Amino acid sequence: MAEFVQFLFSGLTVGAVYALVALGFTLIYNASDVINFAQGEFVMLGGMTTVFLGLAGIPLPLAALLAVIFAMAVGLALHRFAIETARGANAVSLIMITIGASIFLRGAAQVFFDKQFHTLPAFFGSEPIRFVGAAILPQSLVVLAGAVVIVVLLWTFIDRTLLGKAVIATAVNRLAARLVGIDTRRIVGFSFAISAAIGAVAGILITPITLTNYDVGTLLALKGFAAAMLGGMGIAAGAVIGGLVLGLLEAFAAGYLSSQYKDAVAFLVILTVLFVMPQGLLGRAKVERV
Amino acid sequence: MLRHTADRIPAVLRRPFVQRLSAIAVIAVIAIVIPAFFPSTYYYRVAALVFVFAIAAIGLNLLMGFAGQVSLGHAGFMGIGAYAVAIGPTHFNIPSWLSFLIGAALSAFVAFIVGRPILRLKGHYLAVATLGFGLLLAIVFVNEARLTGGPDGMLVPRPVLFGWSVRGTETWYWIAAISFVFGAALAANLIDSPTGRALRAIHDSEVAARVLGVDVAKQKLVIFIISAVYASVAGSYLAAFNGHITPDVSGFLRSIELVAMVVLGGIGSIAGSLVGAALLVMLPQVLTFLHDYEQMVLGLVVMGVMIFLRAGIVPSIAAALSRRRA
Repeated sequence: MAEFVQFLFSGLTVGAVYALVALGFTLIYNASDVINFAQGEFVMLGGMTTVFLGLAGIPLPLAALLAVIFAMAVGLALHRFAIETARGANAVSLIMITIGASIFLRGAAQVFFDKQFHTLPAFFGSEPIRFVGAAILPQSLVVLAGAVVIVVLLWTFIDRTLLGKAVIATAVNRLAARLVGIDTRRIVGFSFAISAAIGAVAGILITPITLTNYDVGTLLALKGFAAAMLGGMGIAAGAVIGGLVLGLLEAFAAGYLSSQYKDAVAFLVILTVLFVMPQGLLGRAKVERV
Repeated sequence: MLRHTADRIPAVLRRPFVQRLSAIAVIAVIAIVIPAFFPSTYYYRVAALVFVFAIAAIGLNLLMGFAGQVSLGHAGFMGIGAYAVAIGPTHFNIPSWLSFLIGAALSAFVAFIVGRPILRLKGHYLAVATLGFGLLLAIVFVNEARLTGGPDGMLVPRPVLFGWSVRGTETWYWIAAISFVFGAALAANLIDSPTGRALRAIHDSEVAARVLGVDVAKQKLVIFIISAVYASVAGSYLAAFNGHITPDVSGFLRSIELVAMVVLGGIGSIAGSLVGAALLVMLPQVLTFLHDYEQMVLGLVVMGVMIFLRAGIVPSIAAALSRRRA
């Protein structure tokens, strides 16, 4: 039991981060059909910028806030200078552009930060909490709570505000959205900024547990993408579920089977799910129009 | 991602067979002439690598350009080919040339097994499935250390062919160049075969192709297997040429690099695959003088090409030239 709870919490913690990255993928995809492979770099930027601003003597809460704003600015720049300039390019070219952006950001992080691993102090100390025999890091709870807050905020924003409704309209039908007077270009840019912010927050929350360096984004982008697909691309709830499922799969596979093959187990399950449900867990089968 | 890939068949593909072969003949002549300008063996080395990666890129290009399917796990097949020529001679006393063939056969077999379920998926779902497949292979290579040497990799014994030990950078240049020309001619041939016609029909409209009696699933599987064999051959060459192999050969970044070669050079263009491979192999060599800024510039180049030459380098330039002529 103790073991099970231990794995459950570590799986949920990692899963929450995957879910946030997947949510970032989903937001941008819905607004623009772009799969943004630079999504992982936002996570890296969040963690690394906070670390380095902290080293420069800025109090950590302020450093974290500045890091999120910086990531949003990078997201906006990515949209404005790359995605927007390439308007009308096909989907593969757009993906290639985001991959180019991710190489660029990783390279920039090597130059302007460094290649070392860094950490941040845990928000509420690192004394593990005992719970039915398992030792749970307070920071794990912070990550989970952070993820819940982000999901609730995002949901409220999308569901309750006019701007949020414009985001939905853009996702459903871009032309129709434009016809009713929504500036879809701005909505897409906005989606990039929000995705970047979500990624950056995830990066700041997880850094005390998993450390950060210039290279953490690649793997996170890959896992986040897989999680989004597992849940069903373009479905926000799917992204969250996909992320949590992926995190839990990895944790239980590492705990009960083999830590070396944890990623293998996770991807085997994803492949199996896709073979049975080619549209992901929550996706609906699309009928192709001829 | 692929339904919009290339809405039309690229112009290069509509040209008759003879014209395409003449493009390959031009490449062959360049491959023969260009070593005369190589100041050192270092140039042979880089050029050999270009051809090796171009072989893998052509294979992937067949899949992406003609079948309209993306694979983010193609380096996995390179890994199979690479580890075949490493493991065969080292652990099982199988001669290199036979290991090379076994690797290619194994890649074809694996592609046959995983191809059917994977190719049923579409667009992004296909992308993530192939990505997972490539990762699985890479994880196996890392963890089966008894056979593969684990994350540090293993040495690849020098191939011996009819008592002749294959060595020397120049030798490898010629092997890679000849194999590339051969592979390119084969690919050009394939485009005009019934399989090629069926694939082009699938690319234009899968539904229409099916209505016309094309067995879509089978044709996609055939091209997937062929592209896996191309990747495997390239992997074997890379391993034997370098004399050392690590699991990176089949990693995610390697797969992305292969896709980048195809897309930057031009989807559906065989010459484009060579140009794409040349760009991505040579750029890091050229940019070493930038030291730490290398990655940044590489990223900017990838973005710049995709923004300004959307159809890829070769098709975009070809289109610009023919516009000028008109």
